[in-house]
Amino acid sequence: MKHLTRRKALAVGAGALAAPAVIGSTSALAQQQTLTISSWGGAYRKAQRQAWFDVVEKELGITIKEETTSGIADVRAQVASGRPTWDLVQQGNYGGAILEKEGKLEKLDPAILKIEGIPASMKGEAWISNLVYAATLAWNDAKYKDKKPEKWADMWDLKSFPGSRTMRRSPVYNLEAALIADGVPMDKLYPLDTERAFKKLKEIKRNVAVWWASGAQSAQVLKDGDVDMALIWNGRAQDLMKDGAKVGLTFNQQILLTDCWIIPKGSPKKDLAMKAIEIMSRPEVQARIALYINYGPANAKAFDTGVIKPEIAAALPSSPENAKKGFVLDANYWAANLDKLTEKFDLFTQE
Amino acid sequence: MTMAHSEAGTDLNATALERSARNEQLRLLSLCAPALLLIGIVALAPMGWLSGLSFVGKDGLTFANYERLLHPSYQLTLMSTFQLAFVVTAICLALGYPLAYLTAQMRPRAAGLVLLCVLFPFWTSLLVRTYAWLVILQRKGIVNTWLENLGLIDEPLRLVYNFTGTTIGMVHVMLPFMVLPLYAAMKSISPDYLQAAASLGAPPVKAFWQVFVPQSIPGVIAGLIVVFVLSLGFYVTPALLGGGKVMMWSMQVERAMEVYADWGAASALGVVLLVMTIGVLWLISRLVGIGSLIERD
Repeated sequence: MKHLTRRKALAVGAGALAAPAVIGSTSALAQQQTLTISSWGGAYRKAQRQAWFDVVEKELGITIKEETTSGIADVRAQVASGRPTWDLVQQGNYGGAILEKEGKLEKLDPAILKIEGIPASMKGEAWISNLVYAATLAWNDAKYKDKKPEKWADMWDLKSFPGSRTMRRSPVYNLEAALIADGVPMDKLYPLDTERAFKKLKEIKRNVAVWWASGAQSAQVLKDGDVDMALIWNGRAQDLMKDGAKVGLTFNQQILLTDCWIIPKGSPKKDLAMKAIEIMSRPEVQARIALYINYGPANAKAFDTGVIKPEIAAALPSSPENAKKGFVLDANYWAANLDKLTEKFDLFTQE
Repeated sequence: MTMAHSEAGTDLNATALERSARNEQLRLLSLCAPALLLIGIVALAPMGWLSGLSFVGKDGLTFANYERLLHPSYQLTLMSTFQLAFVVTAICLALGYPLAYLTAQMRPRAAGLVLLCVLFPFWTSLLVRTYAWLVILQRKGIVNTWLENLGLIDEPLRLVYNFTGTTIGMVHVMLPFMVLPLYAAMKSISPDYLQAAASLGAPPVKAFWQVFVPQSIPGVIAGLIVVFVLSLGFYVTPALLGGGKVMMWSMQVERAMEVYADWGAASALGVVLLVMTIGVLWLISRLVGIGSLIERD
């Protein structure tokens, strides 16, 4: 099947070369046949290629060219150039929200935003989530043998769970976790009471041995025994568990995080990009991602397709069973407050 | 008559000599041109461009990128950056001076061996050396395990993910930059001076402090400058060994890129660091005269 697509692409390519000589207007049509998607690199994009891009290529009869993005600065540069060469870009959810706020994105078709199964908290006017992961509570299982931590308040409970902690070197996640530990219900978090959150965070500041700056670092300090409890991305903790490390993890009160699709403003192929988003948002296509990488689909209906086996679903933050134990990070809140609160957080850690 | 004639002749000679000297300088300059051009293209131009960007915001020319730096968070970072650079430099001097002194007294072969050991760390990447310190210093690392087995401590010591660990890691990286200029300066001190001091009745300690140390000062200053300036801009070691508790100026640059995703915000920080570093160099040159360091023969 892939061969057929390639051949078709070749024919189209030849057409594109010949077209300008014959008739000018057909070249636009021929150009429509490649779509450039920029996403995070490595295993992540490889999984997307296998799960999604191949399906889109087949259905639309196009070729998808892959590029690598490292964040919102790339998209800003693309839009500033006036003629973006990226048609579809992967971003973190508050990256998407920030770009939308700045007016750097094409608004999505209402039809896409109406796709069933993707909750309102996972999309904006110009971004729609495609993958879900989570910031979760994990711990050294050898240290806490009898009573296991089960909520953010346990991270603050130094009597029942003595030992050191690691949290992210960023206000994002930490302020939410602190407020929940202080008794704020998960559905009443936003807008965050930041004074209260920082006050709560101060209670365990001395016990935070490491403020982690990368996913790899958070996993390493947990594995090496430098910390006993961690606010950590679920995939990182689960990788440790797979490797046989004595690590426990709960999805209870998890902070659901998503990555999303966006279309840079002025993209000449936005219609084709919209079609690609539509295909990749369908439950049966969404479900395929769980076969290739440890991330959950954003479309909840993907779990009804039968593609994701129950034992795999149990380890995914977005499975219906796990999703209801947590809440979705408010991308718009962070898009509006990230800079000020990061400054405040950096002051907090240095004081 | 003859005098006037000869004067005119000297004038002619002088002009010719001057011209030839100028030609010679031009020729030398043209030989330097590729290097100057390279420095201009890869260092000065981007630096100028980045400095310019720091004054550009979303709505044109602005000081917003600098006004932001008034936040107390940046002041604390600046203080801790200088504090760490200062401590690292001081420890490097304390460790490096005796080492360089001993090496300078050794036979050439033994000295070569010691210098090889000093340079040895350069053979492995900075990242590898930094991770090695993690393995040695972490809570269940080699040092803590030994100390616990020996019964010297009950609770593991916090040796890393703090100021202590960062200092240890940075001293390791910086020590060669201190030892090498010290060694070069000490090697050029003739042993005759010390013998002369001894023959005039100075005890060894006095001869060392009054004769040897003053002559090694240029090496000391060169080492201090190199280590201090390099430490000011350090990133990898504090980022990995500081555990997020040691905030260096360079880490704020990274932060600016992460949060503002904007060259202007980050380059303003770079400009501040550059100005600070030039300021430190200027201060030192005012105090000791940097020219005397370079022109020393």
